[in-house]
Amino acid sequence: MRRRAAHLLPPLLLAAALLGAWELYVDLGGVDPAVLPAPHEVASALWGNAGLLWQNFKITAEEVVLGLGLALLAGFALAVAIHFSKWLRRAVYPHAVGSQAVPIAVIAAPLVFWWGFGIFPKLVVIALICFFPVVVTTVDGLAAVDPDQLKLLRTLDASRWQAFRFAELPAALPAALSGARIALAVGVIGAFIAETSTATTGPYAGLGREIMSDLNNLQTPREYAATAVLFVFAIACFHALTLAERRLAPWTANRPTGETR
Amino acid sequence: MSTGLRAQPQPLERVGLQGTVAVSGVSRVYPARDGGASVPALADVSLRAGAGELVAVVGPSGCGKTTLLELICGLQQPDAGSVGGAPAVLMPQHDLLLPWLSAQDNAALALRIARRPRARARERARELFAELGLDGFEAARPHELSGGMRQRVAFVRTLLSGKPVLCLDEPFGALDAITRAEMQGWLARALQRDRSKIGQRTVVLVTHDVEEAVLLADRVVVFSPRPGRTVAEIEIGLPRPRARTDAAVTALRERALIALGLGVR
Repeated sequence: MRRRAAHLLPPLLLAAALLGAWELYVDLGGVDPAVLPAPHEVASALWGNAGLLWQNFKITAEEVVLGLGLALLAGFALAVAIHFSKWLRRAVYPHAVGSQAVPIAVIAAPLVFWWGFGIFPKLVVIALICFFPVVVTTVDGLAAVDPDQLKLLRTLDASRWQAFRFAELPAALPAALSGARIALAVGVIGAFIAETSTATTGPYAGLGREIMSDLNNLQTPREYAATAVLFVFAIACFHALTLAERRLAPWTANRPTGETR
Repeated sequence: MSTGLRAQPQPLERVGLQGTVAVSGVSRVYPARDGGASVPALADVSLRAGAGELVAVVGPSGCGKTTLLELICGLQQPDAGSVGGAPAVLMPQHDLLLPWLSAQDNAALALRIARRPRARARERARELFAELGLDGFEAARPHELSGGMRQRVAFVRTLLSGKPVLCLDEPFGALDAITRAEMQGWLARALQRDRSKIGQRTVVLVTHDVEEAVLLADRVVVFSPRPGRTVAEIEIGLPRPRARTDAAVTALRERALIALGLGVR
């Protein structure tokens, strides 16, 4: 219980201090509330629009979770392929880097043309934004395995595949999970980009769409309330991933990692 | 004759083990890197070990001892000469236990690689753990074990490879003096047990500890500094178990030190 408090208290204190300063700044007339709403206004917008925000949140959360899953799957598979084939590494790596420079708006039209107004083109956008850190960290993790370890496996008559399964794969797992954490950090903003750059049908289009329309309609407090939901959601996802890491790679537990608690 | 023998996998335990090592006239030079000079590691080295023999190789650091073991294990190819003999397994200086596997799964790694079912592999590891004083540590993770315990697990892993030749590369070099002395006694007993059960397992032990060599080996081969070459061979021929304070042991230790150029002050 004490340890829990020790983890929760610092971020809550910092949040309180920052929100307090913000509140004072707006209340003392430092800025027009239509430009920057005071925290209490955002809080009441959050409360007053809870139902709407919840419906939009469910859509965005689904996009983030599935899009991230797609990014992890694709990034991991690509990293393994690159690890096994020098040729593939040379062929693919520059293009993977280049892909990160492509503005999503440029490719949004063909994505919608191919896959319509549903969730799938959005998942592709999120995956495109998120897969790269997974590839880089996993490739490095796979290559960072102790060469003496591989030598040992060779004297035990391990095949290439067995060396991968017993040594390289588990050795790369913590690095891959670090990549996943970076991917997650950009994944939430990725969902925003995905929603605002592709068309959607249906009553709710996600928090990203909500923020954009509030922005255009000068619904500033609600725009900030939706952003606050994204903020907390990113923290929750990061935390879930840290817990997953403890499950998947318990041998790294005695090593410091970037935790949110 | 050198490579073909190791090509076919020939595990595992309880196969009648008949191991020999035949290294003759071997040289090994590491090619120059980044404009530096090439490094000769071994120069015209010959080493024979008969079935069931324990040969210790002592020499200063950098005399190519590790290179010799990697040649015997087929991890490197000689530039000249030939390496032959039965399939060999390496036990490296650092235990190299896999941190994601429990002690018993690390020990049973060779059996898993040979596609034995996990339950059977663990059972074999547990049998050896019980016999070698490791019981109770089956499920421990490597980071929970002391350096000495880790080396014991690494040794069990080496035994369970089922290969007739064991190459031990300074197995206790990274341990403190007291643990090392303890481990030498443990290894002597473990090898004794192995011989009575498995048969003619051959051991090549590389060390820079002359006393360790005299305590454990049937024969001690002394290497010169780089490039390594044989400068002396000492038959030990003492009954086991041997005490480090025994007059015959200290006399042989003296002989080995003199061969290393460390005898006189």
